[in-house]
Amino acid sequence: MHEIALRAECLQKRFGGLAAVRDVSIDVHVGEIHAVIGPNGAGKSTLINLLSGELFANAGEILLGATNITAFAPDRRARAGLGRAYQKTTIFPKFSVHENVRLAAQARSSAPLRMFGGVQSDTECHRRAADAIGNAGLSGRSQVIADRLSHGEQRQLEIAMVLATDPRIILLDEPLAGMGQSEAREIIALIASLKIGRAVLIVEHDMDAVFELADRLTVMQDGGVIATGLPQEVRTHPAVRAAYLGNYGDVA
Amino acid sequence: MDLITVSVQLLNAVQYGTVLFLVASGLTLVFGILGVINLAHGAFYMLGAYLAYWIALMTGSFALAMLGGVLIAFIVGMLLETVFVRLLYGRDHLAQVLLSFGLILVIDEIRQLLFGKDVHAVAPPAWLAGSIQLTDNLSYPVYRLAICVFCLMVAAAIFFVITRTKIGMIVRAGAENREMARVLGIKFDRVNRYVFAVGIALAALGGIVIAPISTVFPGMGDGMLILSFVVVVLGGIGSVAGAAVGALLIGLTDTFGKVFFPSVSSILIYVLMAAVLLWRPSGILGRRDV
Amino acid sequence: MFEMNATRLRVWLFTLACLIAAIALPFLAPTYYVQFFAKALIMGMLAMALNLVVGHGGLVSLCHAAFFGLAGYVLALLSPRYDAASLLTTFPLAVLSSAAAGLVIGALALRTRGIYFIMVTLAFGEMLFFFFHDTKVAGGSDGIFINVRPEIAVAGRQLLDLDKPITFYFFVLACLVGVVALLTMVVRSPFGHALAAARDNERRARSLGFPIFRIRLIAFALSGGLAGVAGYLAAAQFGFVAPQMLGWHQSATVLVMVLIGGLRSVTGPLVGALVLIGLEEVLKAHLDNWKLAEGLIIIGIVVMLPNGIRQIWPMIFGSSPEVPVDAGRAEAEHAVAEARHA
Repeated sequence: MHEIALRAECLQKRFGGLAAVRDVSIDVHVGEIHAVIGPNGAGKSTLINLLSGELFANAGEILLGATNITAFAPDRRARAGLGRAYQKTTIFPKFSVHENVRLAAQARSSAPLRMFGGVQSDTECHRRAADAIGNAGLSGRSQVIADRLSHGEQRQLEIAMVLATDPRIILLDEPLAGMGQSEAREIIALIASLKIGRAVLIVEHDMDAVFELADRLTVMQDGGVIATGLPQEVRTHPAVRAAYLGNYGDVA
Repeated sequence: MDLITVSVQLLNAVQYGTVLFLVASGLTLVFGILGVINLAHGAFYMLGAYLAYWIALMTGSFALAMLGGVLIAFIVGMLLETVFVRLLYGRDHLAQVLLSFGLILVIDEIRQLLFGKDVHAVAPPAWLAGSIQLTDNLSYPVYRLAICVFCLMVAAAIFFVITRTKIGMIVRAGAENREMARVLGIKFDRVNRYVFAVGIALAALGGIVIAPISTVFPGMGDGMLILSFVVVVLGGIGSVAGAAVGALLIGLTDTFGKVFFPSVSSILIYVLMAAVLLWRPSGILGRRDV
Repeated sequence: MFEMNATRLRVWLFTLACLIAAIALPFLAPTYYVQFFAKALIMGMLAMALNLVVGHGGLVSLCHAAFFGLAGYVLALLSPRYDAASLLTTFPLAVLSSAAAGLVIGALALRTRGIYFIMVTLAFGEMLFFFFHDTKVAGGSDGIFINVRPEIAVAGRQLLDLDKPITFYFFVLACLVGVVALLTMVVRSPFGHALAAARDNERRARSLGFPIFRIRLIAFALSGGLAGVAGYLAAAQFGFVAPQMLGWHQSATVLVMVLIGGLRSVTGPLVGALVLIGLEEVLKAHLDNWKLAEGLIIIGIVVMLPNGIRQIWPMIFGSSPEVPVDAGRAEAEHAVAEARHA
C-alpha cells in the first residue's frame, strides 16, 4: 500500500437542518487517482470544498500527510501542499498564461511576498512555471492572454497552475465538464499523468472517464459514503447498483 | 441618574434612532434592490430639510411642508433614476462612488442657488409645539414624542410592505439573492425606479421631521450619510430589520455616550462599529457569507 | 524585441524630460506657480498612494484623506510654537503614524468586502475627522497653525530649511521621485503581482496559497504611510492644518484624480491630480458656482472615460497609440497559432 497523502475522518457538514456531508472518511494515496462519484446532490462538491478549506467541517478531521489541517484556511492548506482546480474554470483572465502559472509558482516559492526586485529575477520560480506549462501541454501558448484560450486550454492552464504550486495532492472538481470528445481525450491523458509522485482526488460525472482513470473509487449518496474500493468491486456493489439504477440504469 | 432622567434619555435615544432608521432604510433598500451605493443619500436628507423650511416659510403650514417635501423628493427620485442612476447599473463600485460624489457637488450648488447657505430654523406645527411637564423642573417637548410615534408608524408601514405585499417579496428576494430572483423572472427594471424614489423620499422625510428640532444647515447631509452607513454596516446590508437594530443601537450609544462620556461621545459609535466588525463582519442581521 | 526596446526608450526619455522640466520650473516661473505646482505634486503623491489599494489592490478606500490629515496633525503637534521642528524626527513620525492608522483601520475594514469596505473606510475616516474636530487635542474645528516650517539642522547649523519656497519645492520633488520609485518597485515585485492577482480573482489567489488578508493589509498600511508623506508636505506648505483636511470629500476628490489618470499605472494618478487641480483653478477663476461645474465634469468623466484621460486619444484619433506590449505580442501569437490550426 502506498503512502497516504490525504486522510479525512468522519467529516460532517450541515447547512441549517440539511446534512450535506455526514460521516465521510476517505484516504487518498500517493501514486493513485481516487475518484468520488455519486448522483447529483450526493455531497461531492461539498466534500471537495471541505477538503480544500473553502468550507469548514462541523465535525471530523483532515490530515495532510502527518499534518492536521482541519483548522487551516485555504491559503495555508495550499502552502502545506494541497492543490485544487475548480469546476468552473477560475484563472486570472487578464494575465498571460505564463503570468498565471508564474503566480502559482510564486505562491510556493521561498519569498512569495518579496517587495523589492522584479518578478523576473526569481529564476527558480520561472523554471517551475515553464515546467508546469510544458507538462500541461501549453508550451507554445505561454504569452497568450488567458481569456483568449479555448475552453480546453483553460482547463489545461488550470491544471498547470495547480502543478506549479508543487502539490502533494491535487483535487480536481469535474475537470471534464462542458468539454467536447477530442478535448476531453487530451485532458484525460493529462490527468492520468498527474498521479506520478502525487495523489489525485477527482470528482467527475463522466463514468467512462472515471473508470478509465480511477485506481480507487468512493461512491456517495445523500451525503454519506455507500461504497469504497477498487473499480471492479464498486461496479458490482449492490448498494451502488441500487443507487444508480434510478438515475443512470447501469453503472458501466 | 434617577429614573425620570433615564426615561428622558431613553426617549431621546429612540427618537434619534427612529429618524436614523428612516434615512438608513432608504439607503439599504436602494443598495439591496438596485445594487447601487449612493453617496448622495445624505444630500437628499439635507434637501428635504431645506424644502421643509422653504415650504413652511411660503405656506406657513408644516403639514404642507412635509407632504410637499416628500412629494418633491419622490418625483426628483423618479427623474434621477430615469436619467442618472441608470448610468450606475452594472458599473463598478468606484464609478458609483464617484458618480454619486459628483451628484453631491451638483445638489449642494443647486441648494446654494435656490436657498442660499444660511442656517435656518423651522417651527413645529402649533398643536405639537408644547411640552409635557414631567417633574417640577423637567419637561419633554411634544414634538419629539410626535417624531417617535410618526417614525414608528412609518417603520411599521415599511415592515408591512416588505413582509406582507408582493412588492415586498420582490424587495426581499432582491436583497437575498439578486441573481436567483432574476432567474425566477422578476423584472427589476420596473421596480427599480419606485425603490429609488422611495429611498430618496425616506431620506428627505428624515430631514423634514428633524428640521424643527435641529437647525437646517448645508453640511447636515454629510453627517447623516456617515451615520446611515454605520447603521447599515451594523445591521447588515439590504436588511431593513438590520437597519432598525443598527439605528436603535446608534441612538442608544450616542445619547447615553453624551451623558456618560461627553468628551469622546462622537467616537463611540465608531468603536461600536469596530466591535461589530470584529464580532460579525457582515453585520448583526447580515448574511454570514458576505 | 526591437519595438519593445523602442517603447521602453520612449518611456524613459519622456520621464527624463518631465523631470528636467520640473527641475527647471522654479528658475523660469513666478513663485506663485511654483507653489501651485508643488501643491499639485503633493496631491499627486496622495493620489498615487491611494491608487496602490484602488488600482492595484481593487479596494475602493474612502479614508485616505484621514491618513493624509493625520500626518499633517502630527507635524503640527510636534512643532514648537516659535521654532522650527526637526525634519529628521517629525517626518518619519508623521509617516509612521499614518501607516499605523492604516494598519488598524485596514485590519478592521479588510474583514469586509466591496460596498461594505467602502462604507467602513468612510466611517473610520470620519471618526478621525471628528476626533480632531470635536476634541481640544489640536485646536478643534479651528485647526492649528505651524508657524515655522521644519528644518534639518546639525549642531546649530541649518542644512535644509523648508521655509524657503525653492528648497521646499525641491524637497517635494525629491519625495515625489522617491514615492514613484517605491511604488514602481512594489508594483513590479512578487508582492505587487500577488496583490493584483487577489484583485482579479480573490478565490483563486487564495487557493494558490496567497494570504490575501495579509497582502491587502500590508498594501493598505503602506498606502496609508505614503498618504502621510503627502500630508506632512501639505501641512508644511500651508503652515496650517484643519479637520477639513481629513474630510471624506477630500478622499473622494483624490479618487477622482485616480480615475482621471487611470488605475493601472503608477504615475497615472499624478497626471490625474495635475489635470483636476488645474481644472479647479480655471473654474474657480471664472465661475462663482464652480463646484456645480466640477460636479458635472466629474459625472461626465466617469460616464464617458471609465479608463481615464488616456481614452481621449483613441476617441479622437481612432486607434490606441500604445497597445500594451504583452497584449500586442499575445495578439500576434494568437493569430499565428490560429493560422496554424486552420
